[in-house]
Amino acid sequence: MLESGIIIRALMRNKIGALLIALQIALTMTIMVNAIFMIQDRQQQMQRDSGIDEKNTFYLMSTIFAQDYNKQAEMRADLNLIRKTPGVIDAIQINAIPLSGGGWSSGIQTKPGEDQDGTSSAIYMIDEHAINALGVELIAGVNFQPEDVQWRASGKRNWPAKTIVTKAMANTLFPDDWQSAIGKTVYISNDKPMQIVGIVNKLQAPWNGWSGVERSMLVPMQMENQSNYYFIRTEQGRRDELMPIIEKSLAERIKGRIVRRVTTLEDTRKKSYRQHNATNKILTTVVTTLTLITGFGIVGLALFSINRRTKQIGTRRALGATRWQVMRYFMVENFIISTLGVTIGCIGAIALNMWLVKTFNLTPINIELLIFGVISLFIVGQLAVLYPARKAALIPPATATRTI
Amino acid sequence: MFSYYLKIAWISILRHWGLSLLMVCAIGLGIGAAMTTVTVNYLMSANPIPHKSEQLYYVQLDSWDVNDPFDEGKNPPDQMTYTDATNLWKAKKAFRQSVNAQTYAVIEPSDPDLLPIIAEGRANSADFFAMFDVPFIYGSGWTEQADNNKELVVVINKETNEKIFAGKNSVGESLKIDGNIFKVVGVIDTWEPKPRFYDVTTGAFNKSADIFVPFSLIAEEKISRSGNTNCWKPSGEGLAAFLAGECVWTQFWVELKTEQDKQDYLTFMNAYVEEQKQYGRFLRPLDNRLSNVMQWLENQEVVADDAKMMMAMSFMFLIVCLLNTVGLLLAKFLGKAPEIGLRQALGASKATLFSQYMIESACIGLAGGILGLVLAYLGLKGVESLYGDYMQGLASLDISMTALAIILSLVSTILAGLYPTWRACNIAPAQQLKSQ
Repeated sequence: MLESGIIIRALMRNKIGALLIALQIALTMTIMVNAIFMIQDRQQQMQRDSGIDEKNTFYLMSTIFAQDYNKQAEMRADLNLIRKTPGVIDAIQINAIPLSGGGWSSGIQTKPGEDQDGTSSAIYMIDEHAINALGVELIAGVNFQPEDVQWRASGKRNWPAKTIVTKAMANTLFPDDWQSAIGKTVYISNDKPMQIVGIVNKLQAPWNGWSGVERSMLVPMQMENQSNYYFIRTEQGRRDELMPIIEKSLAERIKGRIVRRVTTLEDTRKKSYRQHNATNKILTTVVTTLTLITGFGIVGLALFSINRRTKQIGTRRALGATRWQVMRYFMVENFIISTLGVTIGCIGAIALNMWLVKTFNLTPINIELLIFGVISLFIVGQLAVLYPARKAALIPPATATRTI
Repeated sequence: MFSYYLKIAWISILRHWGLSLLMVCAIGLGIGAAMTTVTVNYLMSANPIPHKSEQLYYVQLDSWDVNDPFDEGKNPPDQMTYTDATNLWKAKKAFRQSVNAQTYAVIEPSDPDLLPIIAEGRANSADFFAMFDVPFIYGSGWTEQADNNKELVVVINKETNEKIFAGKNSVGESLKIDGNIFKVVGVIDTWEPKPRFYDVTTGAFNKSADIFVPFSLIAEEKISRSGNTNCWKPSGEGLAAFLAGECVWTQFWVELKTEQDKQDYLTFMNAYVEEQKQYGRFLRPLDNRLSNVMQWLENQEVVADDAKMMMAMSFMFLIVCLLNTVGLLLAKFLGKAPEIGLRQALGASKATLFSQYMIESACIGLAGGILGLVLAYLGLKGVESLYGDYMQGLASLDISMTALAIILSLVSTILAGLYPTWRACNIAPAQQLKSQ
């Protein structure tokens, strides 16, 4: 077909040159397929929904340094002030910020006792405003009542009687039917009972690299700590305008504390996924440059081989070959070399992936990606050889009659 | 002859400038990518305290839950309980020993115009400064007595000294920290070990502390601890119960001079754990470890997986670039067949031809290497800006990395040039001359 027999015989006369291109294609494919795979994997992680209204929320930290400071009363006053600020939807005190990388986790078990297996879950300590302030969706059960909220002094270990869990957490605790979790009692710290009163659709734990990132629970409890986070949700689009206003009014309301780390959730997300983002950008650059280098390498080599064969091409043209036939020769030649390349490339890609799986606990690549790699390298090869092949086709038949 | 070959190489490079440019670019990109990732890995795995890393040991005791071992039983807990750290510290069985933990504090400057500042702190015992060779500008660390007497003393870093005392010698001055008056005993110079080996649990490439205070003040509630805390057993109410509980949050280092000292210390640790077993603690089988600085950094996997993965990728990238160069050089040299045939006919020996074409390859390699260095520099800047704080100070090219880049590029292009040159030298002159 398409003179492929002749082309292969011609290629065999310059084995090394063809082999070099094939190897380049193979390695490019090996790297490309694995890099794209890693990019996709990270992108999927980055696109996960945290469950909260990220666009319209921010938080800040209030660190108390004064000695005589009524923590309970001042916190209530702080929250009152924030909640009354026009444009604020709601605000809460919270012990950890979703996506931030720092927080609390604890083992939760369905039966009391030290010897029972637990499921770890992120713990958010909040009050009855949390559902509204976080912007999470309560899909079953009820919200907390103001009287459910307990105070916890520094160093104390008390737990309140109620809790709201995420759907993922309910699913892990009660795999048969997550809705049956409502009303059930679970145990924290081995034997402290808590009744599940509600289930929220989604609320991520603070650690994005954790395999249990979807498991978290809301606990109605307010802390008397030196440093506390206030988490604030504003009306659509008013976050940036309200951030300095709230920071200032809090700082002015009472001295004896520092208001700091005023941060939006969007920035926290960015920071949290910064490494992922950076790695992705680097990998994208690598794949692009690599493809370009391979492409240009093919162009360079093809141009050279055409220059060397000018006379022969002229002869072929003089003997009646059309321009298209000359062009086709080089394109088929490239196709044959590419076939060899992607075949080795498939083996290479799988081998590299196996090594990555073994060393870095990645997941195995899927077949679609391999097919994508094969097709895109065929396209790159054909595109690269297009210009040299056109140049070859333009060699006039008269060349055959000239000496070089 | 050498300069004559250089001249010929130059002419030949210029004649096929497109091809030469392609080769230089390919090598430059390959070297640039490889050097960027090698540098990041090299700096991440650097020895932060080379002259002493073999004598400093991180101590681990397996005090974890017998039903649910730490790290599935592969490693003992990465930190130590307060009880064990204070017991080992009091035993003084090592040449030097230091317990430390992360803290934070609010400093209120005496100048009412200055706003209070938040300081990242470290609570440590006296030996810390001598063990880790912390450089002092003024004063020194505190004494062991200060630890025992729970004195309110503080060592501050240069930056904090600039902020609060305008950079002057502040030894003897007082500083209000969390409402208590501390006495400044020392000011340290910039000290940012990379990786921050003495505490990798809160980020191996984070900044060093602003202030240092005696560890014994934590129990006195004079300073608040922060950092990672990991518990397997619920503790009782209050700080005293927490300290007595099974939570790990302290780090314990010892300095041991000889291998014999190390063995003795291990024996002591095991004896200590056996003794503690009598109180119903340490239910797991004996698994106590001493790791020197480099072993500890390796155990804690300080070099990010991403960095290793990218280094592997970038070397494959370099190979692609070199294959590219081999192909192009081969095409170029074989294209010169008539010229080579002519020169051979005129009496040029194979050795002469060989050295001439090797010089041409080396020239391209050198140019590629220089381009690669520029690209590596840009690449590192890019890495730094992309990763932010995480890679701060990790992206710099030193002399050895520069030399490595040049050598790598020369060696790789010469290797890449070997086969094409060999082919070029084996052209039969008669055939080439005949076809003309």
